[in-house]
Amino acid sequence: MTLEPVLAGICGSDLATISAKASRWFEPIVSFPFTPGHEVVAVRGDNGRRVVLEAVLGCKARAIDPPCEPCAEGRVGSCQNLAFGHLSPGLQSGYCSEVGGGWSESMVAHESQLHVVPEDMGDEAAVMVEPVACALHGALAEPRAAGGIVAVLGAGTLGLSLVAALAHYATPSALIVSAKHPHQAELAKDLGADVTTSADGLPRVLRRMTRSLALPGRLSGGADVIYDCVGSPDSLRQALGVCRPGGTVVLVGMPAPMRMDLTPLWQREIRLVGAYAYGTEQNGRRSFDMAFELVRSADLGRLVSARYPLERYEEALAHAAAAGRRGSVKIVFEPGITSRAGRRNR
Amino acid sequence: MSARPGFVLEVDRSTPPTMFWHGEGFRMERLPVGSRVVYPPDATAPLADPVAEINAALDNPLGDSAPLSSLLRPGMSLAIAFDDVSLPLPPMRQPDVRQLVIEAVLDRAAAAGVDDVVLIAALALHRRMSEPELRHALGDRIYDSFAPSGRLTQHDAEDPDNLIHLGQTDLGEDVELNKAAATAELLVYVNVNLVTMDGGHKSVATGLASYRSIRHHHNTKTMVHSRSFMDKEHSELHTSNWRMGRLIRDSGVKIFQIETTLNGQSFPESFGFLYRREWEWNLRDRASFLATKGALSAVSPRLARRVMQQTRAGYTLASVQAGEVEAVHERTISNLLAHQLVQVDGQADVLTMGLPYIGPYNVNSLMNPILVACLGLGYFFNSYVGGRPLVRKGGVVIMSHPTPWEFDPVRHPSYIDFFEQVLAETTDPAELEAKFEESFATDPWYIHLYRTGHAYHGVHPFYMWYWTAHALDHLGAAIIVGGDRRAVQRLGLRSASTLDDALELASDVVGKDPSITHLHMPPLLMAEVI
Repeated sequence: MTLEPVLAGICGSDLATISAKASRWFEPIVSFPFTPGHEVVAVRGDNGRRVVLEAVLGCKARAIDPPCEPCAEGRVGSCQNLAFGHLSPGLQSGYCSEVGGGWSESMVAHESQLHVVPEDMGDEAAVMVEPVACALHGALAEPRAAGGIVAVLGAGTLGLSLVAALAHYATPSALIVSAKHPHQAELAKDLGADVTTSADGLPRVLRRMTRSLALPGRLSGGADVIYDCVGSPDSLRQALGVCRPGGTVVLVGMPAPMRMDLTPLWQREIRLVGAYAYGTEQNGRRSFDMAFELVRSADLGRLVSARYPLERYEEALAHAAAAGRRGSVKIVFEPGITSRAGRRNR
Repeated sequence: MSARPGFVLEVDRSTPPTMFWHGEGFRMERLPVGSRVVYPPDATAPLADPVAEINAALDNPLGDSAPLSSLLRPGMSLAIAFDDVSLPLPPMRQPDVRQLVIEAVLDRAAAAGVDDVVLIAALALHRRMSEPELRHALGDRIYDSFAPSGRLTQHDAEDPDNLIHLGQTDLGEDVELNKAAATAELLVYVNVNLVTMDGGHKSVATGLASYRSIRHHHNTKTMVHSRSFMDKEHSELHTSNWRMGRLIRDSGVKIFQIETTLNGQSFPESFGFLYRREWEWNLRDRASFLATKGALSAVSPRLARRVMQQTRAGYTLASVQAGEVEAVHERTISNLLAHQLVQVDGQADVLTMGLPYIGPYNVNSLMNPILVACLGLGYFFNSYVGGRPLVRKGGVVIMSHPTPWEFDPVRHPSYIDFFEQVLAETTDPAELEAKFEESFATDPWYIHLYRTGHAYHGVHPFYMWYWTAHALDHLGAAIIVGGDRRAVQRLGLRSASTLDDALELASDVVGKDPSITHLHMPPLLMAEVI
């Protein structure tokens, strides 16, 4: 199916790829040349209806039948055939040479990847569905978040969406968010955080809340679940230090290659869980269906801070790379627009 | 020769600018014509022979107490408790008055053959003193005689093995004290009475008590109902302590109280401009002021703090009283007021004050925003007796202090959380007391740091905030001049860049052309509004 992208988001993983900071783990599951852009709201070429792209190129999109076990169970994010089938390797649209990506005026997608956008949903809300589905999948990756003391590290698009997902679907007893910038903290509070703090302040807040003792770099107790939406060595190190023994660290943000002392993981029997993409959640519902609901109920379209025409890609990428510092959250391309002025909401 | 009494100056066109403390520095401010400046009395002349005065007091006690020597006998246990590092301010040059008094007590104990002697720093919920601080207060001879054998101790309000519950007052107030002090056959308490709040039954009932006990009078209710906590006759804080003190006495705890007052020379002669009135500054005072101000503003705040924290007061002993607690304290109050009282005609719409770098809880540390609020709205605002504050109900207090958003994590760890978590949610003393006090007071980490490090107890920032409760209840607004705006905002106070701006802000509350009184401290004074 041919698609004409309307809006296409710039994701942290896109920036890591462009700046050559992404892990080489991806090499066998991408194919060059590719056009980036996997957060896409587009118009179908056949009937003109707006759709959101479920970007993972699983077995169905690759015409592999029977599908792998995860795909058969609806867990498309865990597809085992990302380098096989009749498509070139590519874990998602935007990383595959044959399908194109959202940062363009045209791309193709398999019917199974498309979700119709309701008439009353705006483009900005629709473009948030894919990243929100990722966040939601991460939020639901650890059932113990429900009723537990939960900390979210990072309050960019992923962190804020995850806060909204936790508040709507997990209801922790306390939800603490470490945010680097004031506007992120304000949004986090608005989306359901009980407490916001800086990364430096997080151990202090968790220590008080859990009545732990403190040692250098760690608490005696800590949060039940930590969601690391940053994926840096510092954030993971902190996560392991402020997670209670027996707790869970969910790695939601795409990690950078790193060296890490995993002794705390071992000694404190912490579970480290990865949460990638989306699919079917443990409650049997599709991540995208829940994401549509969440984007609407939490008004997550407001996280889109600026829209750029493709021709101003350098500015757009610079803005996205400095989004937090510039008081922004999500930066998107607007491929159908060629105005030099572009449009900005915030 | 008696010292020159305090004085209320009415500002006119010829009045030179008035010096305001501003943390480690100073501001010269031109107060509006008609403002009044309340100057403290001058320091009194040093006693010719302080040791002789101390000996005389111990041998001629007040009230129904026998002389100290006759209370001592071989084989008995003797506990000597003493005020901690929060007094005096600034720390006085050596020998500290505590050293002089305790040496005299120990001489008598030795003469009587008393071997079982323990020294106790009466910390209440304050931080533990460091070795240099103990050496400074007690002198090397006492320190080296007692510390190595473990007979120099610091009160631990969280040590269940060394606390004893003596009972409850008629109003259900728990009285729980340091066991070594309460079970000694004689407890000698050595006070440094810098202000009228200090001493009396509060010495033992607070200084040697546990949180379980102290919480009965260190709370919003007693503070709001104290007019002021510097005036025993109008202070709920003291009424509660007196009830406890009488229960302690009736429980059989034998106390020999020693109270001392100092002569008011709170800075060395090189800082003479601080306690001279501006229009009386001579050339040397002006040069000294300019040099000090210039030097302090030329160096980093950290260095300026270190320099000022190393300043030692030129205090000397002004009076010493010993014997039965209440009789002693009555005489002490009388002596203090004789040295510090200034009568002021009527309340003002606006009270201004410059806040210095030091208060009771940041000796050898930094003054964080909570302590700034406590010093201004707690201690200085409450520096009155007779039931009437210097500023009218609904009036405005203007304080000058840089109020940096800065904390000492070693000494004030719970303050950081209080500031960042509690004050971010509410600045209402009663609300934060109800919602947060217990969790801070019982937090195991704060208790650990209080007991093993040099941290104030977890509940201490709450007490500092309660100290402001009377002012917050009484005032229409409180403004800080020259403070960090974010920090001032977190305190729930208003911020102004200059005194003129602050007066402009104040006019929204008290109207145009308000009456203004400026409290010129330190040296300390106690105002009586007539």
